[in-house]
Amino acid sequence: MRLDLGDDATQRSLLDALEAAYPVLGGTIRDRSTGRRRPFVRFFACEEDRSHDDPDAPLPAAVTAGVEPFHVVGAMAGG
Amino acid sequence: MTAVRVLVGTRKGAFVLRSDGSRASWEVDGPFFGGWEVYHVKGSPADPDRLYASQSSGWFGQVVQRSDDGGRTWAAVGNEFAYDGGPATHQWYDGTPRPFEFTRVWHFEPDLADPDAVYAGVQDAALFRSSDGGQHWSELPGLRATGSGDAWSPGAGGMCLHTLLLSPGRPDRLLAAISAAGVFRSDDGGTTWQPSNAGLRSPQLPDGDAEVGHCVHKLAHHPDRPDTIFMQKHWDVMRSDDGGRTWAEVSGDLPTDFGFAIDVHAHEPDTVYVVPITSDSQHYPPDGRLAVYRSRAGGGEWEPLTTGLPQEHCYVDVLRDALAVDRVDPCGIYVGTTGGQVYASADDGDSWAPIVRDLPPVLSVEVQTL
Repeated sequence: MRLDLGDDATQRSLLDALEAAYPVLGGTIRDRSTGRRRPFVRFFACEEDRSHDDPDAPLPAAVTAGVEPFHVVGAMAGG
Repeated sequence: MTAVRVLVGTRKGAFVLRSDGSRASWEVDGPFFGGWEVYHVKGSPADPDRLYASQSSGWFGQVVQRSDDGGRTWAAVGNEFAYDGGPATHQWYDGTPRPFEFTRVWHFEPDLADPDAVYAGVQDAALFRSSDGGQHWSELPGLRATGSGDAWSPGAGGMCLHTLLLSPGRPDRLLAAISAAGVFRSDDGGTTWQPSNAGLRSPQLPDGDAEVGHCVHKLAHHPDRPDTIFMQKHWDVMRSDDGGRTWAEVSGDLPTDFGFAIDVHAHEPDTVYVVPITSDSQHYPPDGRLAVYRSRAGGGEWEPLTTGLPQEHCYVDVLRDALAVDRVDPCGIYVGTTGGQVYASADDGDSWAPIVRDLPPVLSVEVQTL
């Protein structure tokens, strides 16, 4: 899907916009109480793991330009 | 004709089992929310087509699902459970203070009269209420503010509020149970609460008859006799005849008084069912033989009900919310196991047959009589 983030294209604004478009996702990607990424959810973009990026840092230019997707991924885990 | 709907929460989804009043053959619908843990599914007494389901996972946290058509279709509602006041911390396993942190909804208790009103018992232990069909949730902060909340500590399964008893005709009476804090009682609709554990004995505690700290596994009562309450404690089956103010042991001749589940016959307030489990370190029936025990005397004297239940090599558990009764006459009894079986009896527990055998581990069973 495409999201219009205006001039404030960060992880936080992207996820805020995503949750606004799909309220059912609220609390499933980021913990409701802390606002932090859930441990088994990862963020990938431009073939890099962006899970540990500052949520207020600008998104990669290619994502902002709509060239590359920003992936929200349920981590492979289980043993 | 009367119909019965059995709502089953499992480790990997929810299932809805339907039958007519004969309870001879069953339609199995599901899994709903496949792959997610469903701790509890319960219907509104005021509108049986209104169901609430607790869907959670270690990946994506808590989702609350609501059905308005008896479980045929579902839609997510609100999942924001924000603690409101009360102590900031409880006691962790090592005795250190630990912040209250929402993990999941263990139990929904729909209001007896208003299908849009529903309570949620959560981990870390707190009680929330919604008055708009689950869209928004507010804590009843008086429970954690009883003065003991900072001393509560978790049981092995987490510090959960797993039981809320509502009393027909007494809308201000609420009785909540928390593992491992005990029973708490409110007589003003949940505004203020008092510990309600007098008579409980837990020798595992430094102070065996402490005001709080008891590992209460489940409470049950008959709606026509709300002051008589039965309890399966970690060890001991208990009974109160004064609305939970005081308790007396009624384990009697049970082979073991450890267990999780307990319920009361729909038409006989003195007929009680439990499922004895070997011990707190051996979560399976004694001797590998599954038996539901019935007391027709309100406890003390118990008889094993085994016809149709596995009597060899059975090492499943029956969890606290996995025993339920219907309101058909004769009364139907339902037991879900961690082995994925849901056993049903259509004759007060005298004989049993599996409705399903191979579900994921069963976490909860609730029954609606339609």
